[in-house]
Amino acid sequence: MHKLLLIIKREYLAKVRNKSFVIMTFLSPILMVAMVVLIAFLTKLNDGDKQIIVVLNESDYFGNEFVTTESTSYVNFKNIPLSVAKDSTVNLGFYGLLHIPNASTLEEISEQTFFYTKEAPSTMVLDKLEQIFKNRLEQNRLQELGVSKKEFIEIDKAYAINTATFSGELNIKGFNEIKAFIGGGFGYLIMMFIIIYGGFVMRSVIEEKTSRIIEVIISSVKPFQLMMGKIIGTSLAGITQFVIWIISASILLTVLILVFDVDPASFDTTNQLAKNGMPAATSVSNISEKAMALGAEIYKIPWVMLISFFMVYFLLGYLIYSSIYAAIGAAVDNETDTQQFVFPVILPLMLAIYVGFFSVFNNPHGPIAVAFSLFPLTSPIVMLMRLSSGIGEGGVPVWQVILSITLLIITFIGIVWLAAKIYRVGILMYGKKPSYKELYRWLKY
Amino acid sequence: MNHILVAKEVSKKYGSHIALNNVSLEIPENSIYGLLGPNGAGKTSLIRIINQITYPDSGEVFFNGQALNPEHISMIGYLPEERGLYKSMKVGEQALYLAQLKGLSKDDAKKKLKYWFDKFEIGDWWNKKVQELSKGMAQKVQFIVTVLHEPKLLIFDEPFSGFDPINANMIKDEILELKNNGTSIIFSTHRMESVEELCEYITLIHKSEKILDGSLSSIKKAYKKNIFDVGMQTSNFQEILNELTKRFIILDSHIDAKENQLNFSLQLENLSTQEILTYLASKAPINHFLERIPTVNDIFIQTIESKNSNA
Repeated sequence: MHKLLLIIKREYLAKVRNKSFVIMTFLSPILMVAMVVLIAFLTKLNDGDKQIIVVLNESDYFGNEFVTTESTSYVNFKNIPLSVAKDSTVNLGFYGLLHIPNASTLEEISEQTFFYTKEAPSTMVLDKLEQIFKNRLEQNRLQELGVSKKEFIEIDKAYAINTATFSGELNIKGFNEIKAFIGGGFGYLIMMFIIIYGGFVMRSVIEEKTSRIIEVIISSVKPFQLMMGKIIGTSLAGITQFVIWIISASILLTVLILVFDVDPASFDTTNQLAKNGMPAATSVSNISEKAMALGAEIYKIPWVMLISFFMVYFLLGYLIYSSIYAAIGAAVDNETDTQQFVFPVILPLMLAIYVGFFSVFNNPHGPIAVAFSLFPLTSPIVMLMRLSSGIGEGGVPVWQVILSITLLIITFIGIVWLAAKIYRVGILMYGKKPSYKELYRWLKY
Repeated sequence: MNHILVAKEVSKKYGSHIALNNVSLEIPENSIYGLLGPNGAGKTSLIRIINQITYPDSGEVFFNGQALNPEHISMIGYLPEERGLYKSMKVGEQALYLAQLKGLSKDDAKKKLKYWFDKFEIGDWWNKKVQELSKGMAQKVQFIVTVLHEPKLLIFDEPFSGFDPINANMIKDEILELKNNGTSIIFSTHRMESVEELCEYITLIHKSEKILDGSLSSIKKAYKKNIFDVGMQTSNFQEILNELTKRFIILDSHIDAKENQLNFSLQLENLSTQEILTYLASKAPINHFLERIPTVNDIFIQTIESKNSNA
């Protein structure tokens, strides 16, 4: 036990003192924030490139529908032939020319309208133009039916069905997705952690092999102690890194919000609805009410339960995978030989993430979701996504959770046992290019 | 005689490859014991079993009379042939870590390390990283780490590789001093002259089997063939040589006319050295009379070759 602690301490310090680790730890949050800022900046830059569209309107149906916005402005041409309009649009370097011919009905006009551009127009621009035509056509039809605009707004009220559980708790639409996202976040965290720190464990094993210190160490401690010490020490370093990231990211975010006075509410979708010229005023209050309810629901997510299960699945999942990584490190002489073994390890992790995002989001308790949340190599990720909806009624059945954890523990014992065997033989094996067949033989030594 | 280590019919297989086949040996306490054999003979497998890195498939190993168990790990020091240190770790820190793994307390380890670092005059390396050291320097650190916890049994696998002659000599003196202080030492090497110099006992392992063991002097006695190299002062070469050939088995002869010396070697069968000397002295003055004693190198090559031709 004392020796295990010594190994854990050494592995931890070796990792934490490593220059690239220190740089990564402190640079990553800055890089992340810088990335967000850069993306925001670039998006703005992209939008800032105002597109000028020439409108040659020959009909009586259109007048002031073309309103200049932040990203698009409209220039009206009047009483000139189409060919001249085309030429001058090109000469002036404008984005495109919208030609609305005259005809007896709006339908005909819409049919014959063309949008000329040098290259294929962007979908954003097309969407805007189409929306204008669509609104105009709709208005026209309503008029023909004798319905006023105001009347139509009153008719056109959105409807959402109310949902509730049998116990009478109100459900909020879209909330399942949010829950799954939170679970997915945890699952994704586990996957990243396994891939990054499993890789560290593997490289650390390879380093001991290539520096030939392994035989000295192994004459003092059991290979299993060394392997476990390495895995635990490295994961503690990883947890340290994560804690630093979370703390510094929240500090940075707070600073950003305070300094730049960014209003998180400005990301609200209502603003965009309003811009489309659609009557949004009535729905704004609805949405903010919903947002508050959503906040309350998020608050009601069984966080304690979720985080405790996160710890359990994280621990077991990480131990399983990192002992496989340790075995791989022991089997090879250098990092280039690891490819053939690492890929099959990452595969179930990727599968878990994809299955999680595609299948669990749609149907958290469907057969695929259930199967993958029981299969030990994917369960740490998939089960966490499902667990965000709770345990028991309306959530994951208790027996599935128990079965999943039991399977995970059995697999954990089995895999660690196998990995330790390969590790024990592999660390003293030099100059052999290992194949799966070879590894199988090592199990019998 | 007490034995620090006894192996009884130890066998070890790796898959279908037999690494050790019924190897038994007894290592007397406070001796230097040479473990010899060609590459791949099974020396390292045996050493790893003694270090409890691997375990025998069958057979038993006793340390100081007790069946080998994990408590013995701290009583053994092992300097493997393939050795190294953590490259990016500081020398002192690393030595402390390795010493603590062998069961020393931190304070104890520090005290002892200071003694050895001063002795080897490497005190100023403490805060250097291993990657800044030369190979020979790193080997010194490894040697210190091996002997630091004052083990009862030391196992050196090619301890002199990587050392220049001066440092190799220093290490040799340290090994002898450790022996004089009561440590038992297993010494595995291909450098036969150092076996000759250091070992009291040797074992020869070949193709996973022990083919020879015992004290070095008794093995040499067993391997000598009563051959004597003789030099005589005479100008009467032919006559004396003819006479000798009639009475003895003369293996080879060489006439040095310039120095008036006759050199030859003869194999004695029943006569004692006393008798032959009296006889020779009556013929001419004897310049030298020397028994041919086989070197460890000769014994090594001879035994292995005869085994190979038998096989």
